[in-house]
Amino acid sequence: MAATFRSTAVEIARDVNAKAVSARALTDAMLAHVDATDGEVGAYLTRLHDVARSRADAVDARVAKGERLPLAGVPISVKDNMCLTGTRTTCGSKILENWVAPYTNTAVARLLDAGAVPIGKSNLDEFAMGSSCENSALGVTRNPYDPACVPGGSSGGSAAAVAAYEAAIGLGSDTGGSIREPAAFCNLVGFKPTYGRISRYGLIAFASSLDQIGPFARTVEDAALAYDIMAGHDVMDSTSIDRAVESTADHLRADLAGLKVGLVREFDTEGLGGEIDALYKKAYDDLRALGAEIVDVTLPTAKYGLATYYLIAPAECSSNLARFDGVRYGLRVDASDVNAMYEATRAAGFGPEVKRRILIGTYALSSGYYDAYYVRAQKARTLIAKDFEKAFASCDLIACPAASSAAFPFDSKSDPYSMYLMDYYTIPMSLAGLPAISIPCGLIGGPNGTPMPMGLQLTSPIFSERLLLGAAHAYEQATKHAASRGPVLGGAK
Amino acid sequence: MTRYEAVIGIECHVELKTKSKMFCGCPNEFGGEPNTKVCPVCLALPGALPVVNELAISHMIRAGLAFDAEIPAFSKFDRKNYFYPDMPKDYQISQFDMPLTQGGVVRYWLEDGTMKECRLTRIHLEEDTGKSTHAGSGDGRIAGSTHSLVDFNRAGVPLMECVSEPDIRSAKEAVGYLEALKRTFVQLGVSDVKMEEGSLRCDANVSIRPVGSSEYGTKAEIKNMNSFRSVERAIESEIARQMAVVEGGGRVVQETRGWDEVNGTTHTMRSKEAAHDYRYFPDPDLVPMEVSRDLVERIRGEMPETPWKRFERYRGEYGFNVLQATQLLDDVPLAAYFDAAVAASGNPQQSLNFVLGDLSRLANESGIAVGDSHATPALLAELISLLDAKTINSKIAKDVLERVWRDGGSPKAIVAAEGLAQTSDTGAIEKFVDDVLAGNPKVVAEYAAGKTSVAGFLVGQVMKASQGKANPAMVQDLLKKKLG
Repeated sequence: MAATFRSTAVEIARDVNAKAVSARALTDAMLAHVDATDGEVGAYLTRLHDVARSRADAVDARVAKGERLPLAGVPISVKDNMCLTGTRTTCGSKILENWVAPYTNTAVARLLDAGAVPIGKSNLDEFAMGSSCENSALGVTRNPYDPACVPGGSSGGSAAAVAAYEAAIGLGSDTGGSIREPAAFCNLVGFKPTYGRISRYGLIAFASSLDQIGPFARTVEDAALAYDIMAGHDVMDSTSIDRAVESTADHLRADLAGLKVGLVREFDTEGLGGEIDALYKKAYDDLRALGAEIVDVTLPTAKYGLATYYLIAPAECSSNLARFDGVRYGLRVDASDVNAMYEATRAAGFGPEVKRRILIGTYALSSGYYDAYYVRAQKARTLIAKDFEKAFASCDLIACPAASSAAFPFDSKSDPYSMYLMDYYTIPMSLAGLPAISIPCGLIGGPNGTPMPMGLQLTSPIFSERLLLGAAHAYEQATKHAASRGPVLGGAK
Repeated sequence: MTRYEAVIGIECHVELKTKSKMFCGCPNEFGGEPNTKVCPVCLALPGALPVVNELAISHMIRAGLAFDAEIPAFSKFDRKNYFYPDMPKDYQISQFDMPLTQGGVVRYWLEDGTMKECRLTRIHLEEDTGKSTHAGSGDGRIAGSTHSLVDFNRAGVPLMECVSEPDIRSAKEAVGYLEALKRTFVQLGVSDVKMEEGSLRCDANVSIRPVGSSEYGTKAEIKNMNSFRSVERAIESEIARQMAVVEGGGRVVQETRGWDEVNGTTHTMRSKEAAHDYRYFPDPDLVPMEVSRDLVERIRGEMPETPWKRFERYRGEYGFNVLQATQLLDDVPLAAYFDAAVAASGNPQQSLNFVLGDLSRLANESGIAVGDSHATPALLAELISLLDAKTINSKIAKDVLERVWRDGGSPKAIVAAEGLAQTSDTGAIEKFVDDVLAGNPKVVAEYAAGKTSVAGFLVGQVMKASQGKANPAMVQDLLKKKLG
């Protein structure tokens, strides 16, 4: 049977290239599914029916001419902080609610050129600030595994879309865990490459020194396929790394023989409760069973990650978000003079979490506080990165949880700090610029009694994406946790 | 009565001459329809990122080396955060604590030839803003306007900020300093320095103190000066104002003052109390720069002679006056022509006479630049050698030069072919003299009666008779002798 819209990216591309199915037929089926499903899921802020159909037709035309496209007809969801020419790009914020991008993000452009079909622009926490998608000013996204729970965030829309079969590949951006945590919550693979591997040009900045685009997928193989196409230097982004990219999709491993996997002493899971502790202990045993040697490593400064992150990221965001001033584009609230207009526009346009971070960041950069906060945070960041370097002297990969719990119910984390804690395990890798991936590692009893997915996070040294994706594939194939439960929303019926 | 001296420091913003803007590919050109030279980057659209213009970096190195500044091995860009409608990102990419050049000295001169020095604090690189126009008030002022329009064509144009130490002591020195900056930047090709197009903008920090004091007085920052002349007038006016304040028992307050070109005075713009906190921090969109020593040395090797070195050569070695030296070095192609002529002829004074005299006149008349005419420096040197050897006199030289200018050809060959060589044959000249004396008995009588001024007429007659070829000095000697 030929691939359907529920198939993996690898299967879809194979069959569209083989003309077993047309990209257009797949796209029409996908759009129908999205129209039927997304009212409940809320993955997309904007559905791109017309763009998707014309892109699919273009793919079919190229395939008819004999071109072989690595992502022929693969439906993707694009996080709505990535520009795509002619489409509304909102960042989940009222301040950009009606802004139409006149240019395209480099990673998106590379995927489209490879034959991908954009189905829609997916929901996110406003300006990618949050861990549940609840900070979006423009829509609610539900976890397809339990509609009473959040999908995670900030890239919750793309995670929900891929989980509910509303896309085969989802694009997310990860600043402190915004791909890895929602991947864990939605039973997906979520991959954040080394900082600078994928161009940020056309990705609306939250914290420039941390933001990194990466894929969601239902299999490691699909994530690797998308990564291989997006990665690589871009002259439009000075921070993108000018270094050859090692392909990953053709180097996936079957076992972990010869690899040392470090377990971080400071990330002991006993404090997370018996069920979660047992789940991770089982995951580590599975890694050993695949041939890995398990070693003990220490990251003594990792516990400062959260505090460090919540100085550096807000400092950068306070400056990055200054441009939303009502002068050139986006929301403008008229007032008596220009300063009053700035204040009225930004007061009406930004939500509370964005305002909180702008305030924290402005304070951290202020004269008299800069050295005490921003400079010390940068020093702490260097120490955290050095701890990882030392740890990687005695291991190839580090394994730990992707999040400290499964998806939680809406409105259950009203205290911002409890929300920030969701990223406790993902932030240190972001500060160190390391590649990290979350892979489904089993189910625990969820808040509403339903079994909910958890994620295992693997991390490796910078530029070692090939090793990381290879190892993740071995674990995934040996355990097949993703298949242990299907979604409630959007699942095969 | 206490005598005062002024203490002045100058901050100059100079637009760099590059093809494209500082951080994007838009053209760096003056004017044009508003908002036509813009792109996602210089409009600060969401998601756009800056990419450094490498020519701007090498221009900065050039500018620094011209003033013997240090070019540190590492440099970086920082964000200067403040809200302003014509600044698209609401931060300016600038350089805070690691500028591309540090220190250095600007050497300049005054009209009387005095050489002066002003130390530079730094030159750093940043980006220009757009321009606001206020509509509805009738006079373009913001007060009373109904709305404002912003043109971002200039936004993102590379801008260097040159900050001087407070080493300047008078309005005339300030102008000398600015002229030195201008001619240096123009000659290095780093900027066009057109004040009328806003490619050079400057502010002056002015204070006064009793002569002999080593402490600084309270300074006022003067803005809105649109020409070197207005810089001079504004500083003079501000010094006078501050002296009057102090003499009247008052105190100068720290503030920003605007220059009013029409009234010839400065007025309060804003007090320093409302100082901005710019929240500088390293721009995370741009990686720190490693300025390679190879690049610095390559640029150093390609540097032309700086204007002040040229000035010292023209003044010190050749003995030219300030006006001559300045006139020559302010016209770079002419100065290059001149230097080549000196190298070929070994005669700086004659070269100067021709270059600023006949050649400049011919250039004006023909509309052809001196360097583009048939009269190459080598041919000019040949002409000068004929003059030096007294083969021809200056009148003939001028005629020959005009022919060379027009048609080319070797002056030596022209002189030989046309028999234009000066004659120093005493017998031949004596015959011309005798003929003229015989033909002008009345003039000779006047001379004898004591009206010696008529000698000039007789010399002219002899020269005419010899078709210009007689050695004028010999003619004079012989006439004197014969007239007694």
